[in-house]
Amino acid sequence: MTYARAGKSAGLLDIESLDRPEIEAILDRAHFFQPIESGPFRRQDTLRGKMIVNLFFEASTRTRVSFEIAAKRLGADTVSIAAQGSSVSKGESLVDTLNTLVAMRPNAIVMRHAASGAPHFLARHLPIPIINAGDGTHEHPTQALLDARTILDQRPTLEGLRIAIIGDIAHSRVARSNVHLLSKFGVDIVLCGPPSLLPCELEHLAPGVRLAWDMTEAIRGADVIMMLRVQLERQHEAPIPSGEYFRFYGLRLEHLALARPDVIVMHPGPINRGRELSSEVADSQRSVILNQVENGIAVRMAVLERILGGQS
Amino acid sequence: MSALLITGGRVIDPAAGTDTQADVLIRDGSIEAIGTGLRDPEAKRFDATGAIVAPGFIDMHVHLREPGIEHAETIETGARAAAAGGFTTICCMPNTLPVNDSATVTSYIIQRAAQVAKVNVFPIGAITKGSLGEELAAIGSMREAGIVAISDDGRPVMNARVMRRAMELARALDLTVIDHCEDLHLSAGGDMHEGRESVRLGLGGIPSASEDVMVARDLLLAELTGARFHVAHLSTSRSMAMVAFAKTRGLEVSCEVTPHHFALTDRELGDYDSNFKMKPPLRCSEDTEAVIDGIVSGVVDAIATDHAPHAGSDKMQEFERCPFGILGLETALGLSLSELVHPGRITVNRMVELFTTGPANILKLNRGSLAPGAPADVTIFDLTTEWAYDVQQSYSKSRNSPFSGRSFRGGPLATIVGGEIVWKRR
Repeated sequence: MTYARAGKSAGLLDIESLDRPEIEAILDRAHFFQPIESGPFRRQDTLRGKMIVNLFFEASTRTRVSFEIAAKRLGADTVSIAAQGSSVSKGESLVDTLNTLVAMRPNAIVMRHAASGAPHFLARHLPIPIINAGDGTHEHPTQALLDARTILDQRPTLEGLRIAIIGDIAHSRVARSNVHLLSKFGVDIVLCGPPSLLPCELEHLAPGVRLAWDMTEAIRGADVIMMLRVQLERQHEAPIPSGEYFRFYGLRLEHLALARPDVIVMHPGPINRGRELSSEVADSQRSVILNQVENGIAVRMAVLERILGGQS
Repeated sequence: MSALLITGGRVIDPAAGTDTQADVLIRDGSIEAIGTGLRDPEAKRFDATGAIVAPGFIDMHVHLREPGIEHAETIETGARAAAAGGFTTICCMPNTLPVNDSATVTSYIIQRAAQVAKVNVFPIGAITKGSLGEELAAIGSMREAGIVAISDDGRPVMNARVMRRAMELARALDLTVIDHCEDLHLSAGGDMHEGRESVRLGLGGIPSASEDVMVARDLLLAELTGARFHVAHLSTSRSMAMVAFAKTRGLEVSCEVTPHHFALTDRELGDYDSNFKMKPPLRCSEDTEAVIDGIVSGVVDAIATDHAPHAGSDKMQEFERCPFGILGLETALGLSLSELVHPGRITVNRMVELFTTGPANILKLNRGSLAPGAPADVTIFDLTTEWAYDVQQSYSKSRNSPFSGRSFRGGPLATIVGGEIVWKRR
């Protein structure tokens, strides 16, 4: 028995169910939206009159602001709601909250939620496009898209690249979305982390995935190193003594020598200097962390336009 | 005095080893005779031509939610669902509000069932007070009040010493100890089977090992104490192997499996549908195969539904917030036919055994046979009627079934309890 992924055509729930041409189309369009030099983002009025609700049940600064700016650059109106100030804290269920919002006739809902699958669950019950801005430990599709855009700004193609993703893979929606996306483009992916944060089943998540416990092994020959935040809030136990984490899984300048000379270092943010990576790495020439932030807006413009552009 | 003559059916009675074309005559709530050409001009007649006439099916694992959670199910509605599923006897787990850990609650359930239930309702008492796993419940008093087994279903006894004492007492009282085998430390934070699918969906995993370590512990304690021990809703290949091994060692050990554990795998949760969320979770295909193999080889003693109603509002939530459990009473027979009998994995006789003599022997119930003098509990079903399950039409108060919309070939036609037809397919 397979179940149709309701809302797939209407919104953006995950990378896993997107096909390669669709991803390429978004990345191409994002390229068009990228600002020239230090200029501002292009302003388009494609979405004039459209209303987008940003509904964030989990704390977020960069993703929420990024979606907001993307929507405004396209001429849409936006309303941002943080769960703390909403009726959720008064005991309203997720479906009721969303139904209430839908009754106010927005054109799309951008949602972040701490529960994996929350946007999929809602997409089955609501007649409105839902854009997943991160669901629990499942996926964060726009992050993977902006990461791919960032890599493509530095490399002609994703094909054949070697990319190490290091850290708390088990709890990372960024890792899952990236694995699905990169795998569709034939990337050689190495996932690396301490055993308790690196379930062996990850190897079967998508073709082209390898696992490594040893960070030097993961980094050797890498074109791209993606560091992940340690998601303390999602862990039920301390996976590894905190002092040991940086020692064995923190990225330092000396590691970069093992990678390809033109290696780039990425991080979805917010970064914890001295935990996942050293200050020297974060501020080095190899770091493209701020490019990722910038591309976040371009990619989200492309996503919003694609989902809402054809809507009347 | 009332009489009922069931004519022309294929009578399958595993207790007697019979499988023959015969009539069944019921008088005053008991089986009077089985034979060909039976006559009784006074008797009401039920034409069972083309159907199978079997001892009343027993579901030894249901949750009726009364007392305390009546918005999800009541003894009355649960019993109606049971009758519609072909069950004449159901055994209800003690995790109500309050927990059935005293003779008072046991008596309440029995009295309430006598007033409103269309089928036999036999309560299962708690092992520990409040099912908190610390202090033994009033097991002796509950025994006198009418419990048929003890279990802290849903809240397994984590302390091995407490479990040992419970088994010692249960042995003395001639009660079966039923355990929901789950190491709560290993399963903490888990919402589905731990494996490729949980990693893909980003849901917390419940490893097979969380079941296996407790099955192992309990089997060792059963050997230590000599207790009669039963594994509820067994779902993993290793647990199956351990139960098989314990049986070869002569332990008085048994196990049940649920229809959903042989009909579904963890690959079916793809859309975060909470109707696929239960404990133990839907396992991977190797485990499902092991469950079926256990049914075929005889390691499995009973099919039980773990019927677990939850109000719609509880299931309309984010997957990880939804409670565990699904309905089962109305689909058990259809699923057993479609997954086990029709594919030729077991005979219909073996299936009947799993619903009748199997559970009756585990709990030492005076049920599950059509012997003259036995209570006239009869399940009439067939192998051919095409029907579809629509949970919106369910007799249960709840709607949490993953099988709504599924089509079945064969299923219950009529349910007879104490000589009365309590349900009939329209």
